[in-house]
Amino acid sequence: MYRETEILQQTSPGIIGETGEFTINVGPQHPATHGVLHLVITLSGETIKKVEPHLGYIHRSIEKMCESLNYRQFIYVTSRMDYLSAHINNHACALCVEKGLQIEVPPRAQVIRILMDELTRVASHELWWGAMAMDLGAFTPFFHAFRERESINEIMEETCGARLTMNYIAPGGVVQDLHPDFQRRVKEFLKLYKRKIHEYDELVTGNIIFQNRMKGIGMLSAKDAISYGVTGPAARGSNVSSDIRKIQPYEIYDKLEFDEVLETGCDSFARYMVRIREMQQSIRIIEQLIDNIPEGDFQAKTKAVLKLPKGEFYTRVETARGELGVYIVSEGGTTPYRIKFRSPGFSNLSVLDHIARGSKIGDLVAMMGTLDLVIPDIDR
Amino acid sequence: MWSLAHIANEIHQWLNNTFNPTWTLIIEMVLAGVAVIGLFAALGLVLVLMERRVAAWIQIRLGPNRVGPLGLLQSMADTLKLIVKEGLTPDGADKVMFNIAPFIAMIVAMLLMAPIAFAKDFQLWDLNIGVLYVTAVSSIMVISILMAGWSSNNKYSLMGAMRSGAQIVSYELSAGLSIMTIIVLTGSLQVSDIIQAQSNGWWIFKGHLPVWISFIIFIIAVTAETNRAPFDLAEAESELTAGFHTEYSGMKFALFFLAEYINVFIVCAIGATLFLGGWMPLHFGSNNAFNNAMDYIPSSVWFFGKTFFLIFLIMWFRWTFPRLRIDQLLNLEWKYLLPISMFNLLLATAMAILGWHF
Amino acid sequence: MSKELLKFRITELLPTATFDDSGEWLNVELTAAEWPTLAGALCKDSHLALDYMFCLTCIDWKTHLTMVYHMTSTSFRHSVVVKVKLDRDKPEVVSVSKCWRTAEFHEREVYEMFGVNFLHHPDLRLLILPDGWEGKNPLRKDFEDPINMIRL
Repeated sequence: MYRETEILQQTSPGIIGETGEFTINVGPQHPATHGVLHLVITLSGETIKKVEPHLGYIHRSIEKMCESLNYRQFIYVTSRMDYLSAHINNHACALCVEKGLQIEVPPRAQVIRILMDELTRVASHELWWGAMAMDLGAFTPFFHAFRERESINEIMEETCGARLTMNYIAPGGVVQDLHPDFQRRVKEFLKLYKRKIHEYDELVTGNIIFQNRMKGIGMLSAKDAISYGVTGPAARGSNVSSDIRKIQPYEIYDKLEFDEVLETGCDSFARYMVRIREMQQSIRIIEQLIDNIPEGDFQAKTKAVLKLPKGEFYTRVETARGELGVYIVSEGGTTPYRIKFRSPGFSNLSVLDHIARGSKIGDLVAMMGTLDLVIPDIDR
Repeated sequence: MWSLAHIANEIHQWLNNTFNPTWTLIIEMVLAGVAVIGLFAALGLVLVLMERRVAAWIQIRLGPNRVGPLGLLQSMADTLKLIVKEGLTPDGADKVMFNIAPFIAMIVAMLLMAPIAFAKDFQLWDLNIGVLYVTAVSSIMVISILMAGWSSNNKYSLMGAMRSGAQIVSYELSAGLSIMTIIVLTGSLQVSDIIQAQSNGWWIFKGHLPVWISFIIFIIAVTAETNRAPFDLAEAESELTAGFHTEYSGMKFALFFLAEYINVFIVCAIGATLFLGGWMPLHFGSNNAFNNAMDYIPSSVWFFGKTFFLIFLIMWFRWTFPRLRIDQLLNLEWKYLLPISMFNLLLATAMAILGWHF
Repeated sequence: MSKELLKFRITELLPTATFDDSGEWLNVELTAAEWPTLAGALCKDSHLALDYMFCLTCIDWKTHLTMVYHMTSTSFRHSVVVKVKLDRDKPEVVSVSKCWRTAEFHEREVYEMFGVNFLHHPDLRLLILPDGWEGKNPLRKDFEDPINMIRL
C-alpha cells in the first residue's frame, strides 16, 4: 500500500540503494504536469525505470454530485471536467439525455453544436501546441498559439457569455441563439488562422532539435494502444482508427466531409502531427458549415422537468483528447441513478508508464505533452 | 577626442601627483574594484531588461513597460524585491557550501572582467596570457554549480548540477579549440595583441573558412557553457523545476541569476574581441574616407555594440529553440563539434603557416 | 457481427449466459464465477475480437453490485456489454487486466469507489483517494460524509 511517509523516505537522499535507483516526485506542483498530477518516478541516473501516477488532487466527485442533480443541471458540472473541451463534454451529456428522451434536435441546433465543438477542438489543440513546445523548452510558441486561441475565446464569449466553461449546450439544442456577429467573427478567425498556420511549422515542426526530441520517442504500438484504451490523437498516432465522429457518427458528422487523421509513426512525433493535421480538418468542417447554418429553432420543445425512462444510456463523443463516454443509469426519476464519465485522459494516462520506461527524464515531459493530459479530466 | 582611456589617464596622473606610488596603486585597485562592481550591477540590470524586452518582442507582446519610463526601472524594482526577500536555507542542506556557492559564481564572473578591453587602451589588466586566463577561470564556474546542486539536498538540484557539470566540461573543449584558431592566427595570447592584429580587418573577414567555422562553434559552445537555452539543461524548468538553484531564494538566487547574465556578457565580449575585432572600428581596405568616419565613432561604442549584438544573438536562440536532451547534448559535442573544431584547428594552422589569410 | 450472431457465438463459449438485447448493444448477464473464462475468450476469440474495453464501471443497486464492462471490436465494430452481479457485502471478481490493460486503472478506481475486490490484480491500491480510505466507498449509495458534502 502506498503511504505518503514511505514516499518521503524514499525520496530523501541517502536511500540510493545498491541498484543505484532512486525515486523523485514529479508534481503535484511541477511545471510540466500542467496541473496537480503527481508522478512518482523511479530513476537510474537519467533513465526512467518506472512511472507511478498518484491521482486525486483535484477530484471533485463529479459522478457522485451528478446523482443529486437533475438532467438539466448536471450538464453544467461537466464543463469542469476537461475544461479545454467544455463544449464537447456538454454535448456528450446532452446527447445522452436526448437519447433517453428520444428528442429530435432541430437542424440549426445540430449545426451550431458542431461548429462550437470544432472551434473548441481547434482552441484546445492550439493550447496543447503551445504547452507542448513549452515543455520542450521553447517558450515562444505558447504566445503565438494564444494569439489564435484568443480570437476563438472571443467568439465563444460573444455567443455563450463565457470563455472557458461555456455551458452552452443543453438537452434539446442550445441555450440561446447565435450572436449576430458570429459568422463574421468566425470568418475573420479562419482568415487569421490560414495566414498564421505556416508559422507553426516554421517555428516548431521543422525545427531539427524538436524533431530529434520527438522522433522515435515514446513508441506505442497499435496493439498496446487498443489494449490500454488509448483514444483520440494519441491512438491515431499509432494508426488506430478511433475517431468516434467516423465510427459512430452523431449529429450530422456523417454528412460532412473530413478525414480521420492517421499517422503510422507510433512515436511522439506522429501524435504531434495528428493534432496539427486535425486542426486543419476541424477548420475544414467549420468552413463547410459556417455559410450553411439552417434557419429555424435553436432548441426543441422540451418539458421543464426532464424524466428519463428506466434504463441505461451510453453515448460516445470525440473530444479533443479522445473518446468521452457518458453512461447514465436511470431509475425513471428526475436525477440519474448512477452516472459514469469515461474520460479519455484517464485511459491515456495509464499508458504513460508503459511508454516511458527506459527513456530519459526529458522524454517523459515530451510524452506527457503528446498524450495531452488535462488533470481535471483524469480526476473528474 | 573623448575616450575612456583619456579619463583613466587623467585620474592616474592626478593620483600620481597627489600621492606616493604605493598609495596610488592601492587607490587605483579600489577604484577598479568599485568600477567592476558598478559595471556588474549596471550590466545585470540592463541585460535582464534587455532579455525581457527581446523575449517580448519575439513573443508578440510588450514586456515590462510600467515601472519608470518605458519600463526601464523594472529590473531595479525586481532587484529591490529580491534583496528584501528572505534567503531560505533548507533544513537538510550543507549550510556552509549552500551559502558560499552563489558567491563563488559571482566572484568567477568578476574575475573574468580583468583582461577584457572595454575600449582603446582601457583594460584592467593586459596580462600576456589573457585568453588562457579567461578559459581557465571560467571553468571554476562549474564548481559553484556543483556545490549548489550537491549542498541543496534535493534530487532535482543534484541532477541539474550533474548535467551542468557534464555539459560545461564537454563544451569547454570546443570553446577552447575555437579560441585556439584565433591564437594560432595571431600568434599571441595577449588580448591587446589579438585586437591589434585586427587593425586591418576583423578576423571574421580576414580568416575566411576556418574562422567562420570556429566562430559558429564558439557561439554554440559558449551558449552551452553559460547554460543558456537551448542548452539550459541544468535549469530545465519543465523537467527539473529549476535545476541547481531550485532551493535558492532571495538575493542568493539573484546572485546566480546575475552571474548567468554577466557570464553571457563576458563570453560575448570575448567573442567580439576574438572574432569581431574588439574595440577596433570597421575598416575597409584603403577606403580612407570610410575608415576615418568609422574611426570617429568612440572605441567603447564599437566594443559594446559588437558585444550586445552577440548577446542579442544568444537571446534570440533562447527564445526560439526547444531544449536538447542530455544525451543529444553530449553527442553534439563529442561526435560533431569536437572533431570538427580539431580539424578546423589543423586547417587554421596550415593556413597560418602558409599565410593564406588576408 | 449482428446481435444474433454475437449471441450465438457467446452461447457457444458460455452456454449459461443470459442475454438482454433491448438496448443499443447486446447485454450479457453473468455470475462472477463465469466471468474469467468468458473474458479470456472474448478478447482472444478471432470472430469476436473484442479487443477494446471502452468502459468499466460498477453500479450500486443497494441490494447488490453490478460490474458493467463495455467492450467493442476495433476490427468488426460490434460492441458487447457484460454485466456481472456481485454480492454487496463481500464483492469479489477476477481482474481482467490481463486481457485488457486499460482495466488495470479502471479496476483500481472501482476498488476504491465501490470496494470491489479484484482477484489477481497486479497492483490493487488506492489510486485517487488519500491514505486511510479503505472501507469507506464514496460511490456507494449509503456513503455519507458530513464534513465534505458531496450531495447537493
